[in-house]
Amino acid sequence: MAVAEFTTPLDLEKIRADFPILARPVHGKRLVFLDSAASSQKPRQVIETLVDVYETSYANVHRGVYYLGARATERYEGARDIMTGFVNANDRREVIFVREATEALNLVAYAYGRTFVGPGDAIVATEMEHHSNLVPWQFLAQQTGATLHYLRLTDDGSLDPDSQQRLAAIENVKLVAVAHVSNSLGTINDIPALATWAHERGAVLVVDGAQAAPHRPVDVQALGCDFYALSGHKMCGPGAGILWGRAELLEKMPPFLTGGEMIRTVSLEKTTWNDLPWKFEAGTPAIAESIALGAAAQYLQGIGMEAIEAHEHALTAYAYDVLDGISGVTQYGPKPPNRAGILSFNVGKVHPHDVAQVLDSEGIAVRAGHHCTQPLMRRFDLQATTRASVYLYNGRDDIDALALGIEKVKRTFSV
Amino acid sequence: MDDFYRENILDHYNNPRNHGHLDHPSAAAEGVNPLCGDELAVELEVHDGVVTDIRYSGRGCAISQAAASMLSDVVKGKPVDQLAQIGKEDVLEELGIPLSPIRLKCAMLSVGVLKVALSELTGEPLPPEWNDPSDGIEWKSA
Ligand SMILES: Cc1ncc(COP(=O)(O)O)c(C=O)c1O
Repeated sequence: MAVAEFTTPLDLEKIRADFPILARPVHGKRLVFLDSAASSQKPRQVIETLVDVYETSYANVHRGVYYLGARATERYEGARDIMTGFVNANDRREVIFVREATEALNLVAYAYGRTFVGPGDAIVATEMEHHSNLVPWQFLAQQTGATLHYLRLTDDGSLDPDSQQRLAAIENVKLVAVAHVSNSLGTINDIPALATWAHERGAVLVVDGAQAAPHRPVDVQALGCDFYALSGHKMCGPGAGILWGRAELLEKMPPFLTGGEMIRTVSLEKTTWNDLPWKFEAGTPAIAESIALGAAAQYLQGIGMEAIEAHEHALTAYAYDVLDGISGVTQYGPKPPNRAGILSFNVGKVHPHDVAQVLDSEGIAVRAGHHCTQPLMRRFDLQATTRASVYLYNGRDDIDALALGIEKVKRTFSV
Repeated sequence: MDDFYRENILDHYNNPRNHGHLDHPSAAAEGVNPLCGDELAVELEVHDGVVTDIRYSGRGCAISQAAASMLSDVVKGKPVDQLAQIGKEDVLEELGIPLSPIRLKCAMLSVGVLKVALSELTGEPLPPEWNDPSDGIEWKSA
């Protein structure tokens, strides 16, 4: 069988030199890191930004009259401007710093959901969602008396148009929640089409961008969604993320957390809320992390999101073919090219934990388990899979090492 | 690292001892580790205070399945009152490899279900270290 040719627009050697951890052997072997979907490694530029904030510009934000307070605020708000550009929002007030995608999605579920979703209303999610984009809606439905419906999947792990058809008759849909890219199968969902579908019903579209924003250009205006969540730690940054939301919706929403920072005036009887985006940033934010998230976005933009997407696209096609050529390996999810850089597979009947353990002995880091998508696993009658995910620092050598590792798994367990 | 899957582990994994079900079990229990989906059930047949037969069944990784097979060999033929002493160390000794905290749970699933079955049999409460909700494992006596 022909294996897709791999060519990349990236200077891989230069990129790898930016990631100190990639130079550290594991079990005496070169580290082959194929678990960026769980959390990515960090480039020097981001690590140095964190150190630099603490060494030169650290104080609490939005309060200090003194030099450092002003400097920290300037850098923190500067990071917001960078993130505004990163998702192509047209207004910086729409960019809210959060801890990660989970917090962003919960913010929507609480502040929007508990205000605008009620008994008799419907919420639509999909069978492929990460628990982060499923449990908040289940909980919202439970607490408000709304019903939750799911878009189902075809056998190749795409959203099933028939199931969309079946759900078309449901009334009072107030909110549709979907992943931009599936973290278990690499499925890429058609967000503009889903936005149209949601808006036709008078619903808002909430997009979980955790697996998309690190890997491809994101333009929230072109996507047409209403909320977009991302996690910085999956895009070369530290523990900070953003929620993007349409200003007119954010304006209508009550706060999520309340306390300091998110207020304008407080008397013993009454409080008025701060302006966007601070209305949704109660308390002291993750200052250095948010600034370093800006540095991560700049790092990725410096390389070019289109180039990163093209690189992963080519590497995924190559990896899919390589795995396809190994007897005993079963892959799940759509075939390239309609697939992001997430490969989900099993080796014979070997439990994914054992696959991952043998691969670890070769210095190869992959994820084994249900990937926080238990309904999806059930849909495919799987207990678990092994997942290899690629990023800008992975190359053909990593995939070739994975293939050799899988051969070792097969030898060990006589597959 | 390279000899993680030692021959004895692979042997028990590929040729599990005492695998299957009993016709008339005196006690039975199940355990599930929702983190990785490992499932294990045990059935005991007891006559005059002695475990005359034992069967394991379930699905999961090589460590959980091999540990169950090894433990079944240890348990079979033992008086019930001696089994209270069997603990985590015995399983680790049988496996003979160092385990990370995550893999430790795989290894301990079989001894955990055994403890639940024994507690059902004797009416004695489950020892507290097997009754720790924080470890996430769900036990069920059959
Ligand atoms: C698709 C998807 N959504 C949400 C999340 C949750 O991300 P976080 O843990 O950063 O909130 C993940 C992380 O694994 C994910 O892959």
